Amino acid sequence: MRCFVGGLSVLGPGLPGWAASESALAGREPWNWAEPSAPPPALLPPTERRRAGQTTRFALAAAMEATEGEDRATLETVFASSNGDGAVVGAILDTLHEPEGMVSPTQFHNSVHNAAAGYWHIAVGSAAPSVSVGGHDGVFAAGLVAAMAAIATGSGRVLLCGYDTPMPPPLRDVRRTDFPFAAAFLLHAGPGAGARAALEMTYRAGPPPAAAVPDALDMLAEGNTAAHAVPLLRAIAARRARVLHLKLAADAHLEIRVTPC
Amino acid sequence: MSQWPLAITAHSVVTALGTGTASLRRALHDRRGGLGPCTFPGAPSGIWTGEVNWVRDVALPPGLTAYDCRNNRLAELCLSADGFADAVAKSRSRHGAGRVAVVLGTSTGGIEETERAYARRPDGRNALPSDFDYARTHDLQALVDYVRARLGLTGPAMVISTACTSGARAIMQAAALMASGMADAAVAGGVDSLCRLTLNGFGALELLSQGPTRPCAADRDGISIGEAAGLLLLERPADAPAGSPLLLGAGASSDGHHMSAPHPTGLGAVSAMRAALAAAGLDAAAVGYVNLHGTGTRANDAMEDHAVHAVFGDAVPCSSTKGWMGHTLGASGAVEAIVATIALEDGLIPGCLGVEAPDPTFRSRVATANTAAPLRHVISNSFGFGGSNCSLVLGRAA
Repeated sequence: MRCFVGGLSVLGPGLPGWAASESALAGREPWNWAEPSAPPPALLPPTERRRAGQTTRFALAAAMEATEGEDRATLETVFASSNGDGAVVGAILDTLHEPEGMVSPTQFHNSVHNAAAGYWHIAVGSAAPSVSVGGHDGVFAAGLVAAMAAIATGSGRVLLCGYDTPMPPPLRDVRRTDFPFAAAFLLHAGPGAGARAALEMTYRAGPPPAAAVPDALDMLAEGNTAAHAVPLLRAIAARRARVLHLKLAADAHLEIRVTPC
Repeated sequence: MSQWPLAITAHSVVTALGTGTASLRRALHDRRGGLGPCTFPGAPSGIWTGEVNWVRDVALPPGLTAYDCRNNRLAELCLSADGFADAVAKSRSRHGAGRVAVVLGTSTGGIEETERAYARRPDGRNALPSDFDYARTHDLQALVDYVRARLGLTGPAMVISTACTSGARAIMQAAALMASGMADAAVAGGVDSLCRLTLNGFGALELLSQGPTRPCAADRDGISIGEAAGLLLLERPADAPAGSPLLLGAGASSDGHHMSAPHPTGLGAVSAMRAALAAAGLDAAAVGYVNLHGTGTRANDAMEDHAVHAVFGDAVPCSSTKGWMGHTLGASGAVEAIVATIALEDGLIPGCLGVEAPDPTFRSRVATANTAAPLRHVISNSFGFGGSNCSLVLGRAA
């Protein structure tokens, strides 16, 4: 399967948006840890903006940057997250174990795994198809498969947004996510103006080959599974031809050939 | 290059009506529902549910017991029924284990296991018990990992979680993986199990019926939550036995309107149905029966009536089958795809259960009694929170 990458975004430690991070990702400037942040989604109506938590803020901020200047309402979307809104799920679980605990209706509808996608389509007024995938530590690869399959079956442009945020206690002890991270890619079927790289993907049964010892930037994936997008972001930023191996499951991975345009 | 049609070469289902397709088929013909007063601990009082109580007695096979949770037990019941696992094994030897995809939908996965883990904590202790296995139970991927391991498959794997469209969307996604050349066959469907989060969440939204749900009734008062697993084996028609039911097309859309309230006139629902018909290359007039999402809430059923009327007018009979097994959430799209195959094979339009007459304000042709009809094409709707919509078109073998 093949596609072309146009707009991009990244929000993570020391990566405050694509424009501000491209040089560090390309290795032209040093990368340093800094606390990640994401603004409230300006496009959402005030009521929805108040209801959207940190997870939705990160996902929507990345999606916004990657689609700057595009007709957002027409874009098919894929949202990929392993934890969904862990803060909301954790709060509901706490409530359910309090005597007389009452689940909040808003928290319940925010607990669905496709909440970020729902808020995005409300924010941009889009009726386009959308799918939300999980996938534990293979979730970014699963999102890429869904997005490229959409391209392969006729979609001209697909927004892929991968994101995860920390879980509250006690869930954080059983599902490690140290910091928020989101990355977004606008994928095109054809090599139009503004295409930065071509991606060629092959599914491989079996675990990914042993990689060289990762540096600090690639190590971000240890602290947030959405940061498995980092090597792809780096290859695109550096405009280098590269072959990447992305874990999809314990016994499966994707081979991604990145070619700069 | 058309990705359609695909053949459904095997399927299996578990609902409150029983384990296996025969239990569902018999109940539809006999108009015998499977809902009952809720016995699930920690649920809101006075509600009815579609519980698969015998899930308590299910043991996962040796070597896979780390995956033990209510959701994976439901999956196991389904895999063991209807010769499904054997059919997948045949497909695996035909295509190779790496060419059979697994794409499943679930809204809450194994979160019921986490609820138990929370409850097992001694007083004053916040940390979860050390034997709680998050990745193999709570995590959405646990369902897909379990099914792949159980069936010995190594093809592409994906878990879809789009609330109540998860099962239908997983079937659509599996078809896309096959069309894109990543797989030659796919195990697709949905599994969702009862949990306190869902029961109390829908309770907080005041969307639960105080008796068995009665979709499309004028005095309908909400949902009965059920639990279920529905699995399909999808293969290309050239690899399928003659007479296999067909998945002719699928369509999806977003409302972009509200997180939990449907669009008042069902714009997103209309575009999902039209996209599915376009994928199938069919006019609305070719459809003989619409299996509604029909949750039994005031808002969903009124919206869906608008949408179905916009696409089909009053010409095509429609009904919701949720009166039989409840709203099985992320499994419902897969369960109702199997209802559609039964409707096609038996020439049966199953009218809404427990409903004397449809809401008089509805303009679409709601069936409230079983009717025999020679059906060629059936459309099945699923809608969900977050404004997610998905429709599937199924057909009888040519």
